[in-house]
Amino acid sequence: MNWLARLTRRNKLEHQLDKELLFHIEQHEQDLIARGVPPEEAHRRARLALGGPEQVKEKCRDARGTRWLEDLAQDTRYALRTFRQKPAFAVIALLILALGIGATTVMFTVINGVLLKPLEFPNPDQLMTLHGSTKDFGEFWGFSAPDADDVEKDAHSFVAAAWTYGGGTISNHGEPEYILGRQVTANFFSTLGVPMREGRDFRPEEDKFGAAPVAIISSAVARRHFTQTSNAIGATLVFEGKSYTIVGIFPATFRLAGNADIFTPIHQLSDHRTQRREARFIHVIARRNAKVTPAEAQAELDTIAGRLGRQYPATNADLGMIARALRQEIVGGVGSTLWLLLVAVALVLLIACVNVASLMLARAVSRERELAMRVALGAGLGRLVRQCLTESAVLGIAGGALGVTLAAIGVGPFVALWPGSLPRADEIHVDWRILLFAVGVSLFSGLIFGLAPALRVPVKNLEHALRLGGRSIAGSSRRLHSVFVVAEIALAFVLLASAGMLGRTLLKLSSLDPGLNTHNLLTARFALSPASLTTPAQMRAAWQSVLDQTKTFPGVQAAALADIIPMREGENVGPYSTAPITNPADATSFALASTATPDYLAVTKIPLRAGRFFTNDDKLGSASVVVIDENLARHAFGTTNVVGRRLYVPYVDVAASVIVGVVGHVRHWGLAGDDQSRVQDQIYYPFAQVPDHLIRFFSTVMSLAVRTNGDPAAMIEPLRKELRGGGDQALYDEATMDQLVAASLDSQRFLLLLFGIFAGLALLLACIGIYGVLSYLTSQRVPEIGVRMALGATTREVVRLVLRQSLAMIGIGIGAGLLGAIAAARLLHRLVEGMQPAEPLTFAAMIAILFATALLASYIPARRASHTNPVEALRQD
Amino acid sequence: MPTPQKSDLPQGTLDLLILKIVNLGPVHGYAIAQRLEQVSRGVVQAPEGSLYPALHRLENRALLAADWKQTDTGREAKFYRLTRKGRAALASEEASWNRLTEAVSLILGLANAEGDAK
Repeated sequence: MNWLARLTRRNKLEHQLDKELLFHIEQHEQDLIARGVPPEEAHRRARLALGGPEQVKEKCRDARGTRWLEDLAQDTRYALRTFRQKPAFAVIALLILALGIGATTVMFTVINGVLLKPLEFPNPDQLMTLHGSTKDFGEFWGFSAPDADDVEKDAHSFVAAAWTYGGGTISNHGEPEYILGRQVTANFFSTLGVPMREGRDFRPEEDKFGAAPVAIISSAVARRHFTQTSNAIGATLVFEGKSYTIVGIFPATFRLAGNADIFTPIHQLSDHRTQRREARFIHVIARRNAKVTPAEAQAELDTIAGRLGRQYPATNADLGMIARALRQEIVGGVGSTLWLLLVAVALVLLIACVNVASLMLARAVSRERELAMRVALGAGLGRLVRQCLTESAVLGIAGGALGVTLAAIGVGPFVALWPGSLPRADEIHVDWRILLFAVGVSLFSGLIFGLAPALRVPVKNLEHALRLGGRSIAGSSRRLHSVFVVAEIALAFVLLASAGMLGRTLLKLSSLDPGLNTHNLLTARFALSPASLTTPAQMRAAWQSVLDQTKTFPGVQAAALADIIPMREGENVGPYSTAPITNPADATSFALASTATPDYLAVTKIPLRAGRFFTNDDKLGSASVVVIDENLARHAFGTTNVVGRRLYVPYVDVAASVIVGVVGHVRHWGLAGDDQSRVQDQIYYPFAQVPDHLIRFFSTVMSLAVRTNGDPAAMIEPLRKELRGGGDQALYDEATMDQLVAASLDSQRFLLLLFGIFAGLALLLACIGIYGVLSYLTSQRVPEIGVRMALGATTREVVRLVLRQSLAMIGIGIGAGLLGAIAAARLLHRLVEGMQPAEPLTFAAMIAILFATALLASYIPARRASHTNPVEALRQD
Repeated sequence: MPTPQKSDLPQGTLDLLILKIVNLGPVHGYAIAQRLEQVSRGVVQAPEGSLYPALHRLENRALLAADWKQTDTGREAKFYRLTRKGRAALASEEASWNRLTEAVSLILGLANAEGDAK
């Protein structure tokens, strides 16, 4: 008979057990009678000999081995019945749990999608990104094109592929459009393991200088420009004024380091930058061969870097090469924020559990008599503990199911709310891992809040418990209740203090001076008509006409061109020195170098500290000039009185440049990030002095900065229309400076918002907890209070009596929370950019808030207790 | 009923005794209790309250099987018999019990001999 049969035949087994024991007793009785014992005495003795029939039966049932299953079914039914009896309790507990589990599940869903799931490439663990590293400025530098080629050629333990940003205007097959693109080596897609959706991958011979232009495009572009996507294969696409043959369409799901719509072979172009070993702008990805460990790949990379260093000491002497997991690069800094949020949300869940635990405990205490009765009737301790746990597990699972539903609904809005774009956002959805997690969390929380009541199962003093029933309250229970309140307050305080510190940080960061006037300032990238990208003179003329057109446009106060816009992505960092730089690799000082037209200062309102900004006389042929910020002046010269001094900036001119002006520092790396950034110095050089051989490159990166009379956002559309030119010039990537400044604090603001919500939730839950526990504790003390009042205690004294009890709990809770908050402050300081150190004032404010709300929550039960009618209270006992 | 002082059954030996008794042929619970009492000549106290849980446990472990049969007096009772697994278990338990008692008596004998020597 297997256990299933035994379970289904439970009634029959019970019947047989009865019959067997009855047979035993009757046989014994008959034997005794035969020996001459009187029948009544024989009956008594036979029964005594066997022991209590119920206890024996219980033991026999235990021996069956399917006991736990039978009990589980029975306990579940029992739990559901008791919940139905007290629906209010069940609903409140369920809601609290669903909120806690739901919020935790949302966070885990995001973490699962972004951090835990393997990348959607075949064998993703073999994929790496390679970076250059220098002693003084650390990692995360790109490769130069020649270095990337050498690594690709020399590596045996891995395959390397290179890419860099590209992009431009499509001007045939319908409306002209500016699209983002990448220039890649021929093995780029095959290294990642991405098959083409249609058409074919690049061939090695196509990735050569002078080869026929070919392109791989996204299915989105294929849809927009061709009636059928399959028509695109083999078609000619005019991109940046050049005709490309479309050879393939890549899958819609493919994405690496942002969106891109067009891929072209990297070696077909050959400009000044791609031949210089100091121009490090190439990104390198690599796939390790099977069975090669990361350490082995790194060792080979070290060898190659060492060889290149000896071969090209001028540029590579100090250059290391480092391989990192691709996943790390894709996910970036989001990980710490996500884990931080998971911790915060877990604290809320913990409070929710404690809350439900105190509710359950209050119920368990009032059920003490029932439990004692069951022990007297033969229930074992383990059996009762199991029953209590079943009850809480049922509650936990139900709460979990509700929570997962909430999470499934809530995760979409959460991801949409994320500042900027969350990496791998399209991989975030509820799957079996999430369900497993939710079930685990539900059972775990069930265990946490079920354990306390379970441990209250009476074993000793049965008689005492039976007689007093639910009326008494043992000291241990009161202590346990207090522990719950203390824990809730401590946890809530940690969250409140964290929210407070984040709020303080945000206030402080927002009040920082960005270094320029951010209002009424519009920025946008601009793509010139491909037709004008011919001779340097024509390109300069085209830019000048764009500038002139913008300046005279109604509503525009001033306009300028610049390659770098403060607080926007995209920057150019180069070395500088007060002495001639013979070897760029020796440089120890670096500055953010941006080129701008003369009106840039008038547009941005960056304050001029000394000298002048550029004029139209600063052009090719006249003396090379630079303007520096006050930081650089102080760092390099120790004074801001440096107009007329010389500065060597290889990026601008091999010879010395003359400093003609000093301007204020701009918080280019964001309000939060600028203070921590390695590069603090800034150099400006005139766009008109950019040498001819670089003008083609600069034409792809220049942006417009426009000071407007009114709302800059309203100017975007009219300006876009005005600057269309022949229909193939495009304004894109528009942003007002106010938006850029706000975006630089997005992650801090987002954290504050969530911590604020969590802290509010925690505060609410803690108040419910305090209110519940105190109501319960005071209701247990009604007789005592009655006696006190009968002996002359006033209402106020009774209120004070109850409040004193809660004050002690709140005090200890805040004390414990303070320790937690200090730990939280350390964690936040490490993980949040620009985090301000914890201040006593913030803590004091949060203590006041928590104290006031907690006291309010305990005042209601205290007041109720003070209205006790002594006569009735005494009659109760 | 005046009884000589009885020893409690050592832990685990009840199962062995039951197996040994059932080995003699199919038998019901009451008879096992009787037999235990007789065989041990009242020296060993086998609490009847623990007999039935033990029987059910052995049945659950498939060392015993049970059938409902008529007794000599025509009443229906649950008769236990040994399964093949039960016989194997009996043999090994018996062997290990013998080894244990031998070892214990050896140690006791040794201790006594030493005590005598002094």
